[in-house]
Amino acid sequence: MIKAALRSLLGRKMRLLMSTFAIVLGVAFVAGSLIFSDMLNRSFTAIFASSVGDVIVRPEGGASVDGTPSTLTVPSDLIPRLESVPGAARVDGNVSAVGVFVVSRENKLIGGNGAPGIAVSWSDAPAGHGLEGLSVVEGRAPEGDGEVALDVSAAEKAGYDVGDTIRVITSTDTPVLQPELVGLVDFADGGSLNGATLTVFDTDSAQRIFLGGQDAYTDVWVTAEGGTSQAELRDRVREELPGDLEAITGDDAADESGNMLLEAVSFITTFLLIFAGIALVVGAFLIANTFSILVAQRSRELALLRALGASQRQVTRSVLAEAAVVGALGSTLGLGLGILLALAIRAMFAQVGLDLSGQGIIFAPRTVIAGYTVGVLITMAAAWLPARRTARIAPVQALRDDVALPESSIHRRLVAGIVLLVVGAAALTAGLFLDVPRAGWLVGGGVLMIFLGVTAASPVLARPVLHLFGVLYSRVFGPVGNLAGQNARRNPRRTTATASALMIGLALATTMAILGSSAKASVDRIIEDNFVGDYVVGNVVGQGFSPAIGDQMAQVDGVQTVVRQRYAPVEVEGDDTYVAAVDRRDLAGLLDLTMAEGSRDDLVDGAVLVSEEYAADHGVTVGDELEMDTPAGTDRYPVVGEYEENPLIGAGVVTTLPTLAAAGYPESDNQLIIDTDGSPGVHERLDAVVADLPVVSVKDQAEFASEQREPIDQLVLMIYALLGLALVIAVLGIVNTLALSVIERTRELGLLRAIGISRRQLRRMIGLESVVIAVLGAVLGLLLGLCFGVVLMYALRDEGLEVISVPGVQLVVFLVLSIVIGFLAAVFPARRAARLDVLRAIAAE
Amino acid sequence: MTEATLQATPVPAAARVRNLTKTYGSGPAMVVALDDVSLDLAAGEFTAVMGPSGSGKSTLMHCCAALDTADSGSVFIGDQDLTSLKDKALTRLRRDEIGFVFQSFNLVPTLSAAENIALPMAIAGRKPDRDWYDVVIDTVSLADRLDHKPNELSGGQQQRVAVARALVSRPRIVFADEPTGNLDSRSGAEVLELLRRSVDDHGQTVVMVTHDPVAAAYTDRVVFLGDGRVVDELREPTRERVLEVMNRLAEKHA
Repeated sequence: MIKAALRSLLGRKMRLLMSTFAIVLGVAFVAGSLIFSDMLNRSFTAIFASSVGDVIVRPEGGASVDGTPSTLTVPSDLIPRLESVPGAARVDGNVSAVGVFVVSRENKLIGGNGAPGIAVSWSDAPAGHGLEGLSVVEGRAPEGDGEVALDVSAAEKAGYDVGDTIRVITSTDTPVLQPELVGLVDFADGGSLNGATLTVFDTDSAQRIFLGGQDAYTDVWVTAEGGTSQAELRDRVREELPGDLEAITGDDAADESGNMLLEAVSFITTFLLIFAGIALVVGAFLIANTFSILVAQRSRELALLRALGASQRQVTRSVLAEAAVVGALGSTLGLGLGILLALAIRAMFAQVGLDLSGQGIIFAPRTVIAGYTVGVLITMAAAWLPARRTARIAPVQALRDDVALPESSIHRRLVAGIVLLVVGAAALTAGLFLDVPRAGWLVGGGVLMIFLGVTAASPVLARPVLHLFGVLYSRVFGPVGNLAGQNARRNPRRTTATASALMIGLALATTMAILGSSAKASVDRIIEDNFVGDYVVGNVVGQGFSPAIGDQMAQVDGVQTVVRQRYAPVEVEGDDTYVAAVDRRDLAGLLDLTMAEGSRDDLVDGAVLVSEEYAADHGVTVGDELEMDTPAGTDRYPVVGEYEENPLIGAGVVTTLPTLAAAGYPESDNQLIIDTDGSPGVHERLDAVVADLPVVSVKDQAEFASEQREPIDQLVLMIYALLGLALVIAVLGIVNTLALSVIERTRELGLLRAIGISRRQLRRMIGLESVVIAVLGAVLGLLLGLCFGVVLMYALRDEGLEVISVPGVQLVVFLVLSIVIGFLAAVFPARRAARLDVLRAIAAE
Repeated sequence: MTEATLQATPVPAAARVRNLTKTYGSGPAMVVALDDVSLDLAAGEFTAVMGPSGSGKSTLMHCCAALDTADSGSVFIGDQDLTSLKDKALTRLRRDEIGFVFQSFNLVPTLSAAENIALPMAIAGRKPDRDWYDVVIDTVSLADRLDHKPNELSGGQQQRVAVARALVSRPRIVFADEPTGNLDSRSGAEVLELLRRSVDDHGQTVVMVTHDPVAAAYTDRVVFLGDGRVVDELREPTRERVLEVMNRLAEKHA
């Protein structure tokens, strides 16, 4: 029996191949996501293994590796005491800082775009477990004032050679440095910087530039003697430390840092897996459809098997066995394609600064197992309904000429569809508007149920659309149009099931379009309503810049006011968030903070204001104290007022500049708001201040708005690219259905040719039928997407997305695109149909 | 060989076949389907082509109807030599000059009977001649069934729709391939009557391939094929005379 199933599979290689496509793409997504996340994982673990010593001594709360800047240090007089700890081979103090970027000859920032720019002091200390740490691969280590080394890839990207004078920008009092490049460094024992840049100073210079000249270190490495474990050494070092310092093993530090970074990029994997899910759902639709058609075409053959004594179960099982083989084959191809996809994702991320080019492909067993499991199970699940239907074929049908496969009643499907729709809508609403656990799953499940519901009900829902097409077609295209319209209506289940794949892709794309357009409109409105001053000075990489810039700008001709804003990552009441700091005089000035509770004059050093939203979300009122974990330690800060939301303040908690400095954060500005007298040439004069600093830019309102819109555009574009894959699957689905229909209607096509339909008319007929499917999918998808988008926007209204904007032009483009897709999808099946040999087609069984 | 050879008919020919040869396969497996066949199909005549399986009767009809091409020789529909035509011209020829009735699956299942009948004209972008259309509908007595889809019609009714479709464009020649092969004898008789009437009342030329002597008895002339050659011919056939020839040929063969 199984053998018969496999035989029939081989006999239909073409159909097999086409139904496999969907699975291939779905599995490729799953595999690609997993492979890429493994690569991320490995590269992050590797980078930190050779960048930590055996034991690290650092100020408590001041982890320097995760990018949280800290001004807290380890005093240098601790070093001799640590050297005398038994088992310590050597002790080295290190200075490190972030926000230090290399500028190329062409005045372009290297790295940037999210990849950190790290500065470290040179040390030849070995990394943990005796690994060689940073080593000089060309030239020599920096030895004094005005000398630096760079990591090999940063130097290469910037086009600098040893001996050149290079430009480095920092967020300290001296924004621009112009040292000589004396050497290139790299990690000798593997480990990649993943696109981050490394600028190496000698210890004295590093202390002078980054620590204000203190004789201190940001951390200290203690290297273990042979035979002493990291844990033993850590325990002994601990005994020597004063209370505000901590010692951890290198292994722990590497894990800690790796995990922190991984968490930061884990959204990438989640994101990709969501798209894998979409691809698989769309794929499952197509497989169910393909198997329905294949089974229908073979019903006579299956009836014959029944007549020859095969049981219902055997017939069903043979179809499922076929599905298993198709699934396994698709999964195999999908795994291969997944590798390519992972490489593509790697290349994509290299563009935005996360350079993993040093990290090879990791093909973990988990990836293989997940790929096959998902691929085979989904194929079999999708084939389950058609397979069960085969069991209802009576043996006697083998003797009949035309066999109709029994199908479930359309009304039962309508009822099932409506039930699914209602339940799905309820789940979606609950997930979006109610405060329930696992809201994400509810939303996803709700959307899936709505898709399934619409698909189930669509043979009925689509009737008016199909009818309209039928009338329109026969009016415009005459008998050929009439035939095409009739063909689309002849099996509404098949037409609508094929259209569903496109529906899902377009529904999601429409939702994204509405989301993106609304987000941009909201950003525009907020900026329009609230932009004060004339210019905003910001750092394109989001990191701080030197306060000297603000000082210089205040001196520029025509400048009236400079408002400084600083943002610091702080753990407030146990939650990681940002705290803003401003000069308290500016609260009444440009910022014009409107208070809901308390007075802005109450904000003294050491106190904080909270936004109304923050107060509501966290149950904080004036008079409470907030516990904040800062580099200087944990402290309590009194809340002295609540302010109404102000888009100029990007944080829920505001304090004064000295408060933040006292908490141990470096004094660097994140944003300046500049008010001028409007005299001509002010913009140019301000630009001149930052001409040497490609990271810092001066923007007026329009420029600022477009800068704020840019990330939204990028995100929407990225999602479109991924949804494009869902569209590819949908197109393949249409191709598949049409090709199968052509095979099924061979005799009819032969008849049409015999009585005088030309090849061109035949091609047009199939093209028109394809357009019906595509437009049906597009219309359903656009309608669903509109509903999703608007509902989602309502749910997000509290998040500051107040404007609901429906991008009409874009939606029309989608519709037109789907017509084009329809025509394109028909090309191959239509050519096949046109090439049919008339005589053979008429004689075909 | 009997007296029945290839004498030219006095009436002008609707289709002429000259030295038509077609073989399938090659080497020892080679089958000669048509072996230098020459034949005139007279206009306004109802001709039956008979012969045992493999005699080449279907191949002959397919070649005449522009559905198949021969290895050598030529086929004329009217004055037009089919062997020189490309697909486009052949399609147009089938549409405008030829009518078809197949053994089964004659109708497009998505179209109503009326739409099926009008289809060849509609494809050509021509309006059927209203009077002639009514005559045809009347002849096939389907006036009350025109809005039905093929699956709502009986086998006999479907074949009558197919005949109506073949007639409505007034083709030069109608080819019928075992048109009664799938029908019970009463429905078959109705279809044959219909074809007969179209010849008698409207001067339609009809060529029918059949192996049923009863069907052949409706025709004016029966051409017998054997091993790819015309081996005999009967005028004004009756069932008995057709059977007689068939038996004789079978004996000769055995």
